[in-house]
Amino acid sequence: MSTNTAATSTVRRRPAVEGWFTIPGEGSDESPRLIGTRCSGSGTYFFPPERVMSRAPGFADADLEEVELSNRGTLWSWTDAQYQPPPPYEPVTDPHEPFCIAAVELEAEKMVVLGQVPAGVTVDDLELGMEMELVIDVLRTETDEETGEDVEVMIFKWAPASGGAKS
Amino acid sequence: MSVERVHVAGVGMHPWGKWGENFVTYGVAAARAALADAGIDWSDVGFVAGADTMRNGYPGYVAGATFAQALGWTGIPVTSAYGACASGAMALEAARQRILSGMCDVALVVGADTTPKGFLKPNAGERTDDPDWLRFHLLGATNPTYFALYARRRMELFGATTEDFTAVKVKNAAHGLSNPNARYRKEVTAADVDASPLVASPLRLLDICATSDGGAAVVLTSREYAERKLTNRRGVDVAAVSTVTPTFPNTIIEMPEFSTDSAAGIPAPDLTFKQAIGHAAYEQAGVSPEDVGVAEVYDLSTALELDWYEDLGFCEVGGAEKLLRDGETTLGGRLPVNPSGGLACFGEAVPAQALAQVCEITWQLRGEAGDRQAIAADGAPPKVGITANQGLFGHGSSVLLTR
Repeated sequence: MSTNTAATSTVRRRPAVEGWFTIPGEGSDESPRLIGTRCSGSGTYFFPPERVMSRAPGFADADLEEVELSNRGTLWSWTDAQYQPPPPYEPVTDPHEPFCIAAVELEAEKMVVLGQVPAGVTVDDLELGMEMELVIDVLRTETDEETGEDVEVMIFKWAPASGGAKS
Repeated sequence: MSVERVHVAGVGMHPWGKWGENFVTYGVAAARAALADAGIDWSDVGFVAGADTMRNGYPGYVAGATFAQALGWTGIPVTSAYGACASGAMALEAARQRILSGMCDVALVVGADTTPKGFLKPNAGERTDDPDWLRFHLLGATNPTYFALYARRRMELFGATTEDFTAVKVKNAAHGLSNPNARYRKEVTAADVDASPLVASPLRLLDICATSDGGAAVVLTSREYAERKLTNRRGVDVAAVSTVTPTFPNTIIEMPEFSTDSAAGIPAPDLTFKQAIGHAAYEQAGVSPEDVGVAEVYDLSTALELDWYEDLGFCEVGGAEKLLRDGETTLGGRLPVNPSGGLACFGEAVPAQALAQVCEITWQLRGEAGDRQAIAADGAPPKVGITANQGLFGHGSSVLLTR
């Protein structure tokens, strides 16, 4: 599994949180994936990945295997953030630009996962049940204190799937 | 199953607002009001349960002791409970258990808060293993984000409209007009709601409750003590306190989580978490939703009030809009909901809020609610009232009162 550190041209990238998703290298035709764990006893999935023990009652001793989750799902609900959220949210634009948040249902995993929607999509572009796909986007840019170079901090988001129509 | 009842001897509140005082001031005022209402002296209290506040430093984390010290140490045991929005009910349950076990006759329950303006946000510090910190940091997801996801879902699945959400606000504002403990006592029109800015589509500022300062307190006694000692016994009892947690897999997205549990391996339970909260209260009390004559539910958003109608069994799933549109949940209707004005008129003072709900239902069942009194079909005050709330991290509660 390729976790992060893409072969960058100019800007270094790092995930905003370790071990939650993959970042394919630039130019790669791989799709980004959420990283979850699966309880080998019950077959249930966990995201963010549980590492210590299965939370499925009765399966405390079952093994947890790391798995990549479906990178497509259907839109369960959605909203937007018209006001700038308070810290520890870090503003990406000044002034604040509203962004959408999607709740996407993964069919195989039978779970709903939240994610921001990339800039440029408004609530009017979204529709119940439409197909969404996982993308990797820049959450913010920071400066490496030692080298002074810019580092892009990456996060997963849900975007209307290419081809876009309601599934 | 029906659990032995305990008596609600007294209730009291400090009005909600933005008063700029220490939370202890509000808690002490509410406690003294509840003791006066009960006709019980502080020296006769055998146990204090405090509901904690997370925003007022160490004294807030040990609220039971903080209030006991402020009222004057008498050597009695104390406890402090935190359960997000259910904190007050958890403290109430500790007091009830103390009485039911025979370890004391009189218990005082107090919750109070001083809340900053704006979005509730996590405590300071970089805590990358705390989902409440991460949801703000990675996702920019505030509490209204989640309220809005539920509201949108109601619109898509059940045909709710923003006019329905607005109608909840207009109703609750009208209910709270004459409530001396409410922070907002002003008529709100549909035009006012429409003119308020969007916060999280489809919810506008006036769809979402504010954060407030306030305090509420309840004095519980054993029924035996009430009969023997209380000259002004007014017949309202706690029939149930439900503080259940979710059952795995919890398939509804909830604050502060990034995802639901997965139902791939283990099927979802028959009842959702919020349904289970009310169900446990009915079962414990041995009553059914049809018996309820008044309710105080957590209208963190207008749309959430509609969810509660269904979760508490007042109508079938998808039926809440009809109940609202038919006026059944408005004062004068069959089952008034949030006659106090609800969070719409109070704003949320987290550890006090579940107790404030109990105060209101007590006044309603006693027939002491004045202009906002619910009246049953027989012309008398309702005999059964229920409260409900839900908060972060698998907390929720319901208290069922009877007379």
